[in-house]
Amino acid sequence: MLNIENLHVNVADKAILKGVNLQIKPGEVHAIMGPNGAGKSTLSHILSGKAGYTVTQGKVTYAGKDLLAMEPELRAREGMFLAFQYPVEIPGVSNIYLMKAALNANRKHQGLDEVDAMDFLTLVKDKIKLLQMDEKFLYRAVNEGFSGGEKKRNEILQAAILEPKLCVLDETDSGLDIDALKIVSKAINSLRTEQRSFLMITHYQRMLDYVKPDFVHVLADGRIVKSGGPELALELEEKGYQWVEGEAA
Amino acid sequence: MSSSTKEIENLINQDYKQGFVTELEVETFPPGLDEEVIAKLSKIKNEPSFMLEYRLKAFRHWQTMKEPDWAQLNIEAIDYQSISYYSAPKKKGDGPQSLDEVDPELLETYKKLGIPLDEQERLAGVAVDAVFDSVSVATTFKGKLKDAGVIFCPISEALQEYPELVKKYLGTVVTETDNFFASLNAAVFTDGSFVYIPKGVRCPMELSTYFRINAANTGQFERTLIIADAGSHVSYLEGCTAPMRDENQLHAAVVELVIMDDAEIKYSTVQNWYPGDENGVGGIYNFVTKRAECRGHNAKVSWTQVETGSAITWKYPSCVLLGDNSTGEFYSVALTNNYQQADTGTKMIHIGKNTSSTIISKGISAGKAQNTYRGLVKVGKGAENARNFTQCDSLLVGDKCGAHTFPYIEVKQPSAQVEHEATTSKISEDQLFFCQQRGLSAEDAVSMIVNGFCKEVFKELPMEFAVEAQALLGISLEGSVG
Repeated sequence: MLNIENLHVNVADKAILKGVNLQIKPGEVHAIMGPNGAGKSTLSHILSGKAGYTVTQGKVTYAGKDLLAMEPELRAREGMFLAFQYPVEIPGVSNIYLMKAALNANRKHQGLDEVDAMDFLTLVKDKIKLLQMDEKFLYRAVNEGFSGGEKKRNEILQAAILEPKLCVLDETDSGLDIDALKIVSKAINSLRTEQRSFLMITHYQRMLDYVKPDFVHVLADGRIVKSGGPELALELEEKGYQWVEGEAA
Repeated sequence: MSSSTKEIENLINQDYKQGFVTELEVETFPPGLDEEVIAKLSKIKNEPSFMLEYRLKAFRHWQTMKEPDWAQLNIEAIDYQSISYYSAPKKKGDGPQSLDEVDPELLETYKKLGIPLDEQERLAGVAVDAVFDSVSVATTFKGKLKDAGVIFCPISEALQEYPELVKKYLGTVVTETDNFFASLNAAVFTDGSFVYIPKGVRCPMELSTYFRINAANTGQFERTLIIADAGSHVSYLEGCTAPMRDENQLHAAVVELVIMDDAEIKYSTVQNWYPGDENGVGGIYNFVTKRAECRGHNAKVSWTQVETGSAITWKYPSCVLLGDNSTGEFYSVALTNNYQQADTGTKMIHIGKNTSSTIISKGISAGKAQNTYRGLVKVGKGAENARNFTQCDSLLVGDKCGAHTFPYIEVKQPSAQVEHEATTSKISEDQLFFCQQRGLSAEDAVSMIVNGFCKEVFKELPMEFAVEAQALLGISLEGSVG
């Protein structure tokens, strides 16, 4: 599904990622943990094609293709979804309109017919139940005036509608209270299939209580310094990041 | 939004598709303007003598005037002697023609523009007056409208058929000395539409005029006069296009609306004159004076405009609220891209008691364009309890364009209430990236955000126009994302 080999990335001549290696197979859930400044968000941005990053070494293949050569919208249409850490507000554009436009852009790319307004409404009303969101959010401007938690739920709603192959969740747990965390986690779990892979980026172990990863990696100072099973997250929580940072040094 | 992204997507990659030229035999005056030209113009149109007097009076006054320079516009000097003031397709015989007599080449032109003049093909419920360069070439559904008592015809024809009616109202809202371009128009206007809705009549269909500039080196000077008598109602639409040419062409129009007791006029414009190319070469100079006078109690006028074309737009559709309890509305979307410049807005003049006005202006600037809102809200001494609400939003696409807002407020009545809200925003990289990450192209994302920004205005447009307007924004923004 996703293969990252020796990835080095600079931002404004400063090295942020310094040789990341990661392999994600279909259906696997990987968690990346790490302290502030470790390069977690850089990794999610480089995978999704955000401007402002320079790859100095290494390569990333996604479903057999050179991911880094693809435009961001093409990556999305090929099934790569990023749930943003800070979802942006788009005044004037209704949430439902954006989601329909996005779904149809994806379907068009796959050679499928576009979904009409009625069918889309049925689909979205079904999916919104997963997130336990009020239907009024569909008609509000994208993320405008949403609370932090509502924005994060809205991201997962979009994932549920677009049905991507690979979901990158960038600190989806931050800003969620415990009830919202449970709802979001439940929705993510319901999206898990044998084919769909996840890369969860998080600071804390708490989300991993609800969404059990197959693998946990620790990113520190631009490298994955430790990998293991779910138990690694618990160990980290107990011993702190200094433990792995010290071990890596 | 009613139009889907697909429609915008299909349209976004097109150039200015109305930019073609129709080849046909025309009668054109040589360039130049003097009293003789005006006399010749009046004669060719077989006008009643009061018209020649009116024109000459306007011309003499115009010669003493200077072009206004207060607008936020950079205009190259216009040589008024290098313009031809009359150009019309040759026709057989005199007088108005029926549709079968119209040159097929002309019918074809309008068909290409998406305005079939054949009544069978035409969207039911919309009557069209087609103005080509200096003359009206066809008006549809005249018979059906006449049955309802509605007069809808070219103003040149109205001067033949209803001279007293025209004389009674022409120049009473915008006088022949009003401003430089209005005076020029009064001196040389050639055609336009005339509408009279009698007392108590609700016009049974939408009326529309489609203006087309075709000939090179000519100016188009159109005149529209609409009278809504007591208790009547009409919705009127206008559209405009022109071929792509390297020279700038002048379009100086005057529109006068008269609204009596309890009457209502809804006036919508989709202005898509040729804007010039991406380097700012060519395009129409659009200098327009539009004004409505609510003369009666409870009179209502609503201007809705979508301005996407023209190299330069100078236009302030205004409402004079004379009658007590009268209402004026102005909804505007002005989009400028590349090197386009627009200085547009409105004037709300509150004179009667309990008059109210609403201004919603949405300015979008992309490329190297400059977009200015200029508005005046004036409340006279006698306008007790006058109300105004103004919302003025600007959206910037890219970092080389400009948005400017000049609201003027003059209030002489203490019970008046005037509100002004304004915002300026920019389509951010983060918004575009977010949309791209969902699978939309950057251009679709811009279209979507801009359409969302304009939603409040689009909902005021008649449906067919709303779809056209959204599509136009897509085309006009082409290439605005680097």
